[in-house]
Amino acid sequence: MEQKITIEPVTRVEGHGKVTIYIDDEGNVSQSRLHIVEFRGFERFVQGRPYWEAPVLVQRLCGICPVSHHLAAAKALDVIVGAGTGEGLTPTGEKMRRLMHYGQMFQSHALHFFHLVSPDLLFGIDADPAIRNIIGVARKFPDLAVQGVMMRKFGQEIIKATAGKKIHGTGAIPGGINKHLTQEEKDSFINGPDPLNIDKMISWSEEAVNFLKSYHKENKDFIDNFAVFPSNHLSLVRKDGALDLYHGVLRAVDSEGNKILHDVDYQDYLKYINEEVRSWSYMKFPFLTEYGKKNGWYRVGPLARLNTCEFIPTPLAQKEFEEFKAYTKGKPNNMSMHMHWARLIELLHAAEMMKELLNDPDLMQGELVIKGKKQNEGVGLIEAPRGTLFHHYRINEHDQIEMANLIVSTTNNNEPMNVAVNHAARQFMTGQKKITEGMMNAVEVAIRAYDPCLSCATHALGQMPLEITLMDKEGNVIDKART
Amino acid sequence: MNEKIKFSIDGKECTADKGTNLVDAAKANGIYIPTLCHLEGVKPAGSCRICNVKINGRFMTACTTEVAQGMVIENNTAEIQELRNIIVETLFVSGNHFCPACEKSGNCDLQALGYRFKMMVPRFPYEFEEKLVDAESPKIFIDRNRCILCKRCVRSIKSKDGKSIFAIKGRGHKAMINIDHELANRMTDEEAQNAMDTCPVGSILRKERGYLDPIGRRKFDRQPIGSEIEQAIK
Repeated sequence: MEQKITIEPVTRVEGHGKVTIYIDDEGNVSQSRLHIVEFRGFERFVQGRPYWEAPVLVQRLCGICPVSHHLAAAKALDVIVGAGTGEGLTPTGEKMRRLMHYGQMFQSHALHFFHLVSPDLLFGIDADPAIRNIIGVARKFPDLAVQGVMMRKFGQEIIKATAGKKIHGTGAIPGGINKHLTQEEKDSFINGPDPLNIDKMISWSEEAVNFLKSYHKENKDFIDNFAVFPSNHLSLVRKDGALDLYHGVLRAVDSEGNKILHDVDYQDYLKYINEEVRSWSYMKFPFLTEYGKKNGWYRVGPLARLNTCEFIPTPLAQKEFEEFKAYTKGKPNNMSMHMHWARLIELLHAAEMMKELLNDPDLMQGELVIKGKKQNEGVGLIEAPRGTLFHHYRINEHDQIEMANLIVSTTNNNEPMNVAVNHAARQFMTGQKKITEGMMNAVEVAIRAYDPCLSCATHALGQMPLEITLMDKEGNVIDKART
Repeated sequence: MNEKIKFSIDGKECTADKGTNLVDAAKANGIYIPTLCHLEGVKPAGSCRICNVKINGRFMTACTTEVAQGMVIENNTAEIQELRNIIVETLFVSGNHFCPACEKSGNCDLQALGYRFKMMVPRFPYEFEEKLVDAESPKIFIDRNRCILCKRCVRSIKSKDGKSIFAIKGRGHKAMINIDHELANRMTDEEAQNAMDTCPVGSILRKERGYLDPIGRRKFDRQPIGSEIEQAIK
């Protein structure tokens, strides 16, 4: 008799999701699905709104990575107001936005790793959920917890200095930015008392990378064999192939490293990307049109970015990148848990970029906004912490948005997360008579590698609110348990 | 020399020129009476009722009432404050004032009063009426979801030949602000900006200029509403 296991809600991940796992008579996992059960509707309710409102309105999609939405929307509107893409802005406009973005990347990666993922690594995925959380980390590893909190704080302060507020600011406007960096702000970031200064952030980022590398050495089997599967990888890269999280061309490689999307202009993304709708999830499944639904799906995020780029344009992160690439002999890395390694290398890169930008005089002077010949349509792409984020707007002759299309990072990772869930379920549940909390957490660990956020994660403090339901084929509940 | 009138507000002895309305008279004595529809230099309308005070035991709107010798005015009492809270909350629920994304946030009188009155959540249910926006004019965008029908624009925004650019269409529950597109099409940037600044909420917006003021440098970031009056004379 086939059994159906439901994990709902999935904890320490962004938004509201649930997982169903079907186990056949022999105890094998026959199917598993990650369902996204929330519906937001932003694409619809921005219709009719004045276009310049989009960066401030649409960022409300998220409380963790609003800057990504803020900037992706602003980049799309740069095209609409005739400021061009990326390099079309004034030096001040572009660099202030970049600083905002690297601050965001820094705080989000720190949150992802320290607050949400480290409990699984430090205590083990089957540890008591009462201690397997950030409070448990703070009790047992206070220095590490403080480090995580302070790194996140530093990133948030950078966002405040560039966007006006730590969460949901208004800094990026069509064609540029609405403020300079002040001398006082600059001084506090460069010379602030420990630990809140940029040099400390760089050294802590290096420590974080080293921590993960040591953990990897001691837990090779888990890190190298958990949810490993081949896939395509997609991201922005700078025109010369460098890692660039703010602007670039769109590149995809297959699992062997062959380029399958050749550095194209993202204004034409619709030529290359398509989305499939499946009846059991509100979230669509994007794929590369040329390769079809079956073979065209791809991963995005830190792992994908380090698989598509050729080098990292900051020295310390480049050194780590070389070690990362050497581990897979230069081939794309398809190991889900290596997402964390890639993430921490990006954390270090973000810290180095912030230092470079903070010392740039353009941030404190110069024109803020530039505009040119107005267009009625624009696409903005950015590498959000979790992966490539697409914003596309079309406006009417009265400056109202008449069409919005958003493909968010989570959506891009929909198929990979489903595949990862399937791998974890097979690995940990096949042939098991009793489904334990640890097994269920293994499934969540797979999702967290791609996309954890705080919105749901806060529910997990102290207790993992997981529900498991065993059902027969007819849908009758055989057993129910709450951990 | 203007004749001086003596009166009291909440027990404080005050003086003001004869012919001054109570809002301005209070202001001259360092006392803030909240307003929304009132605009200095424009004939008062008394439409928003937020400036209600009690004069000799009766509720009256301060903006439409001239100060008189020996007036005893109650302004900052629990009863009046409760009345003002109700008005502000009613204005919030009768429209769709989505402050988080509104470009007038930080420069909006209604929002500033909400903060001053420590309004956390309105006690009344939202009406969620469908109210249309008007984006046809090249310089201004009208969002009726945020309009509080104060008529500031109707009373003060005129074309060069003195014609009203804004008017109220419909009556009672169906009343809404309307714009003369022909006149609006001829508005200069300065006139459009003036129309936006005149609106106490985010209903009249100058096109393509949103969010130019960074957070921290907006009007009410610098100074909470009313505090400039209260701090001027202590």
